[in-house]
Amino acid sequence: MGQTFVEKVLAKKAGLDRAGPGQIVEVAPDVALSHDNAASIYSTFQKMGGKRVVDPKMIVIILDHATPAPTTKHAENHRIVRELVKEQSIDHFYDVGRGVCHQVLVEEGLALPGELVLGSDSHTPHAGVMGGCGVGIGRGEMASIWALGTLWLRVPETLKITVNGCLPKGVTSKDLALKLIGDLGADGALYMSVELHGEGIETLTISERAVLPNMMAEMGAKCSYIPPDQKTFDYLKGRAKRAYKPVYPDPDAEYIRIAEFDASSMEPMVACPHTVDHVRPLSEVAGTPINQAFLGTCTNGRLEDLKAAAQVIKGRQVAKGIRFIVIPASSEIYLKALQAGYIQAFIEAGAVVESPGCGPCMGNHMGVPAIGEVSISTANRNFKGRMGTKESEIYLANPVVVAASAVAGEIIHPKDLGS
Amino acid sequence: MKEKSILRGRVWKYGDDVNTDVIFPGKYTYTVNEPSEMAQYALEDLDPRFAKEVKPDDIIVAGKNWGCGSSREQAAICLKESGVGAIIAKSFGRIHYRNCLNAALPALICPEAVDVIEDKEIIEIDLKRGELRCAAGSFSFPPLPEIVWEIFDAGGLIPYTRKRLESSRD
Ligand code: SF4
Repeated sequence: MGQTFVEKVLAKKAGLDRAGPGQIVEVAPDVALSHDNAASIYSTFQKMGGKRVVDPKMIVIILDHATPAPTTKHAENHRIVRELVKEQSIDHFYDVGRGVCHQVLVEEGLALPGELVLGSDSHTPHAGVMGGCGVGIGRGEMASIWALGTLWLRVPETLKITVNGCLPKGVTSKDLALKLIGDLGADGALYMSVELHGEGIETLTISERAVLPNMMAEMGAKCSYIPPDQKTFDYLKGRAKRAYKPVYPDPDAEYIRIAEFDASSMEPMVACPHTVDHVRPLSEVAGTPINQAFLGTCTNGRLEDLKAAAQVIKGRQVAKGIRFIVIPASSEIYLKALQAGYIQAFIEAGAVVESPGCGPCMGNHMGVPAIGEVSISTANRNFKGRMGTKESEIYLANPVVVAASAVAGEIIHPKDLGS
Repeated sequence: MKEKSILRGRVWKYGDDVNTDVIFPGKYTYTVNEPSEMAQYALEDLDPRFAKEVKPDDIIVAGKNWGCGSSREQAAICLKESGVGAIIAKSFGRIHYRNCLNAALPALICPEAVDVIEDKEIIEIDLKRGELRCAAGSFSFPPLPEIVWEIFDAGGLIPYTRKRLESSRD
């Protein structure tokens, strides 16, 4: 019997010939990713009796959640992280302003095909965009990896999603992700690995693809995977920090479920308050008034997202009384967007452009909503209180819908903006 | 203390999608810090009888997605402290599942058995061999590997890591 992607990677990392669903294995990850929470991990590590981390090269720390520090408390936290990075000789450290950890991991060539990334962040499945196996874990578990270099994992069942056909013009991978989550439900991939196959995935650019494994976390997935192809290898040229070996599932691998979708019949979608699987077609929620639009995050803050949004906003103005917050997902993206004139287009339209990081995504700073306000955002989560206050509503949509809504002051498709 | 590998206990049977909020109510998360005290509130919002009547080695048998929702670790610890010997479910919320094993509480997935086990019957589990015996028959599940036994024997992930670090320094 053949094996799925995750079965092969976990077997390899556990030093076994094969591994099957339900089996528990002890794995040594290629990357142990953490962010601002590295300070708390370090304190647990010390409680465990840890003195030197077992493998400083495995550890990647990217400060992104509250950067640059909004309060003294956050600044102290960052200081502890910088100290431990120095003390433990951790080379793969990226200080404030470099960008959101999942995006930076990809840009820095540290999320590689066939490799295992364990991250103390729930969107670690993002690494699947490169054909890697990214799994979110707890802080205590990360401390244990720092100490021992390994962690136990349960080999998950695999859900295979095949997306046939191509997305129509004006429909993005965000809409596809929302459609999958809306149809399969918030527990549709609970504890599973989600493989994404088919023409509807292959035809996407790397930037568009990234949305999918990132958002599979919202279906409860343990990890997600897009088979690496020439586009992946081209992207990694000059970036990959080490040689890598792609891993592909066997044709006769056994799946717990196979789901097929038709991309060509899809339309723009919106996730409505307060769950990500509360998904409705844009046409049904158009006209909903908003107070704030947010373009950014690990989900949709890449150059292509900024470009598409800039094209919508160019020559137009953000509606009176509405804030349009733009946060590039990384410094690399920021610089390119600056050179291409997108940043200028945003500022001329009256948007606020802020430094790379998570910003208001988790309610930390740089544009959190007031009580009773409505936000439309390109992020991946709209739970009650996610952006700071429980008394506000968050709609999730693709970048052009978010930009158009900033102009109209209500949820709208760009084609309905008028001139 | 060595964890037992053969468990025999009375079943408390519950349904699907029991979330960690009803396993350990959110209102206690900042006020109740002692593990032994946590046991008093175990399952308070699901089954008020549980905390009063649970006996050492009792076994929870649940439907799909046991322990979904919030990642709070107390949900695993309060059950461990109540004396629960194991949890058998059709599936677990991912984080709760890890929290259970990291707290040295066996969490086992055996959907076929869940369908036929009756509330309050006495069942037997052989953890080492991956076998479960109940009135309706025998079932198997993937046995727990060596590493999970080591975590169990140490009393959880933090003491386990400490122990392993100490022995590597000897
Ligand atoms: S951008 Fe949002 S979802 Fe992404 S890592 Fe930051 S807080 Fe998490």
